[in-house]
Amino acid sequence: MSRRVVRTVLVRLGTSLLVLWGAVTAAFVALHLTPGSVVDALIGSNTVTPQVRAQIIADYGLDRPLWRQYLAYLGRILHGDLGRSYQLHESVASALGSQLAPSLQLTLVAIGLALLVSTPLALFTARRRRWVRALSSGIELVGVSIPTFWAAILLLTVFSFRLGWFPAAGATGFGGLVLPAVAVAIPVTALLTQVTREGLERVLEEPFVLTARARGMSDAGVRTRHALRHAALPAVTFAGWLFGLMLGALVPVEQIFSRPGLGQLLLTAVGGKDLPIVMGVVLFTALVYVVVSSALDVLYLVIDPRLRGAAR
Amino acid sequence: MSGPLVEVAGLEVAFGDVRAVRDVSFTIGPGECVALVGESGSGKSVTARTLLGLTGDGADVRAATLRIDGADATGFTERRWRAVRGTKIGYVLQDALVSLDPLRPVGHEIAEALTLHRSLTRAERTARVVELLRAAGVPEPERRARQRPHELSGGLRQRALIASALACDPALLIADEPTTALDVTVQAQILRLLAERRAAGTALLLISHDLAVVAELADRVLVMKDGRVVEEGPVRDVLTAPAHAYTRTLLDAVPSTPKPAPARPPGEVVLAARGLVKDFKDRRAVDDVSFELRAGETLGIVGESGSGKTTTARLVLGLLDPDAGEAAVDGRPWHGLTAKERRELRRHVQVVYQDPLGSFDPRFTVRRVLDEALEVGGAPRRARRDRAVELLERVGLDASVLDRRPLRLSGGQRQRVAIARALAPGPRVLVCDEPVSALDVSVQAQVLDLLAGLQDDLGVAYLFISHHLGVIRRVSDRVLVLKDGRVVEAGDARRVLTEPRADYTRELLAAVPTLPSAEPAH
Repeated sequence: MSRRVVRTVLVRLGTSLLVLWGAVTAAFVALHLTPGSVVDALIGSNTVTPQVRAQIIADYGLDRPLWRQYLAYLGRILHGDLGRSYQLHESVASALGSQLAPSLQLTLVAIGLALLVSTPLALFTARRRRWVRALSSGIELVGVSIPTFWAAILLLTVFSFRLGWFPAAGATGFGGLVLPAVAVAIPVTALLTQVTREGLERVLEEPFVLTARARGMSDAGVRTRHALRHAALPAVTFAGWLFGLMLGALVPVEQIFSRPGLGQLLLTAVGGKDLPIVMGVVLFTALVYVVVSSALDVLYLVIDPRLRGAAR
Repeated sequence: MSGPLVEVAGLEVAFGDVRAVRDVSFTIGPGECVALVGESGSGKSVTARTLLGLTGDGADVRAATLRIDGADATGFTERRWRAVRGTKIGYVLQDALVSLDPLRPVGHEIAEALTLHRSLTRAERTARVVELLRAAGVPEPERRARQRPHELSGGLRQRALIASALACDPALLIADEPTTALDVTVQAQILRLLAERRAAGTALLLISHDLAVVAELADRVLVMKDGRVVEEGPVRDVLTAPAHAYTRTLLDAVPSTPKPAPARPPGEVVLAARGLVKDFKDRRAVDDVSFELRAGETLGIVGESGSGKTTTARLVLGLLDPDAGEAAVDGRPWHGLTAKERRELRRHVQVVYQDPLGSFDPRFTVRRVLDEALEVGGAPRRARRDRAVELLERVGLDASVLDRRPLRLSGGQRQRVAIARALAPGPRVLVCDEPVSALDVSVQAQVLDLLAGLQDDLGVAYLFISHHLGVIRRVSDRVLVLKDGRVVEAGDARRVLTEPRADYTRELLAAVPTLPSAEPAH
């Protein structure tokens, strides 16, 4: 059995590496497909001295054949060298590193908030009277439909400018995290509530739920102790998927709340055609996807022990 | 306790406009076993759930009298009902694979009832769970308690389910089709377990569509049809001298009479299996199975779940390739044929499954289902409509169903459409894989009659697969008994089913519940 587990882990690791390799290669291809010379693409909209230009050509080995450039590129990435941003005058790795923490904080708080709100909401509204469900679905529809930037501006206007409850800008302390997290969490909560409720409603039709009720279990008990775990499986899958999407939502939210973070970094980089940074963010996003989906695979096994047999 | 456990009079349950239960009255005394018998939709399960206050949100329940353990339950709040459930009345459903939470160990499920109704320490609870499992006949209860339903065999998990219902010693156990999902030998064991509980003083309300199952256990039986009780009385009287026409229909429909000799002598070999072997990952599903099927005759394949019946069917249908041996239709082996040749050959051997609904595209109308099958058979487009109507009339339906979807048909009608579809390409062999297992007993009889008539008219051969010995007896000329992928006995149907030579066949036959003197002893 242990050999099977090892094999499963190895296969998983192998596919993860393949995904990352794919992302790395895509970034390389994108760089070389950009119109104009590669050096210009790397420099972006800056003006640099001829010395720096010569330095870049030497760094990237741009005078060498393409396949050698590719191998050298792979080698550098393996050593954790993501290149340099010639606009920020620092390495891509350190630029990402310094912006990572605030973004990760925001994303985690937002997804935590979404789970914390959507789970009870779904538990409360699943298989209830028509008007309760209709009301909840209506609110969810609004939540999904509101563009994140709009929600962010609205929150800022009301809770910051009018009421003065939270700071309008910056990443200082927990207070500064609340409004941006809420803005990011709104559509996520709405979608998660729908998925969880749908899962719950399917489970509540199952015979084992009837058995549990016939045992004398209360409705609340049936929902929380039996049905929720079954409904968690699709919800967790979905939450993992949304985690990736939320990185995209960071761009407007960090901008509006003037927070540092990956979104800001990406926005500036795209605006300034700072290709090394853009490539770095792409690679990092791929890494996040791989890590999250691997973590989910483990989580599935915890939620549904039947999969432990199937995984072998 | 002196009075009856349950007293019901004038019970009416309606779901919107549908009156599911009408004017039902009965009592269950301590230690008594009462059976509710009826076909699907007769209201038997709804009646039982009323005793637990679990008819569901949409139900309108009224009763002149509804007393549980002496207390008037008509005005019970949810809280009062919860105090009844599990402690006074236990409830066992059909299939423990889905009736126990599949994500939790069975021990937790059993302990849950104890947590809800008894204040025990954790250690006491664990001890009680083990004790309950042991009392339900589960070997190695400590280990089994930690396993989940899918890790247990059908019989063991049904025992665990019964143990969970008995956790708080209810005076009444409701068993709703407790053995329907089980193999016949396992069914016999579970019925024995229920009989033991009864002997220990637990009253039983047994719900079944199977009169023979009821005959073994019940004191009194209520026959339900369309929400009403049409007949009730002591089990022996009702089953041997039924007063109501519907009860007689039910009894007559139980397949027990052997098949008469075929109208004409069997023709040439249309289907042959020679030394078929099929391995799946770590086990051999089919092991050296050989047989011949001739035009106009029926070969019954009988066996329990996992015996290799369905794999054998898929091998002869050319849907799976054997690891050894070969299957041939009309003298042409599947082996070595191109995809096109296989499609060609497939016209000659068609299949009817247990669940026709699952084998129809739900968006297709009956017309489209048949049209597609006729197209495969090479019928020209113009002729297809007439051919479709002709096929429907052959299977006892008419053109009025052409534009309906299978979902809107009754189970029996659906199976008729499935048979019509199978006949469309003009096959010489029909493989019938549990074709009547999902049907009510009266509908079952009609479909079996239909198949017999079609064989007489068309000379089509059947490879008939079933776990049900009564059905096999009724349709088969010859029988093949499978166990663990091997043929344990083969031969003339009458001979095998009356003078079995293999121990396993004897065991199977002994496990079949029988009606009291409704059929001659065998």
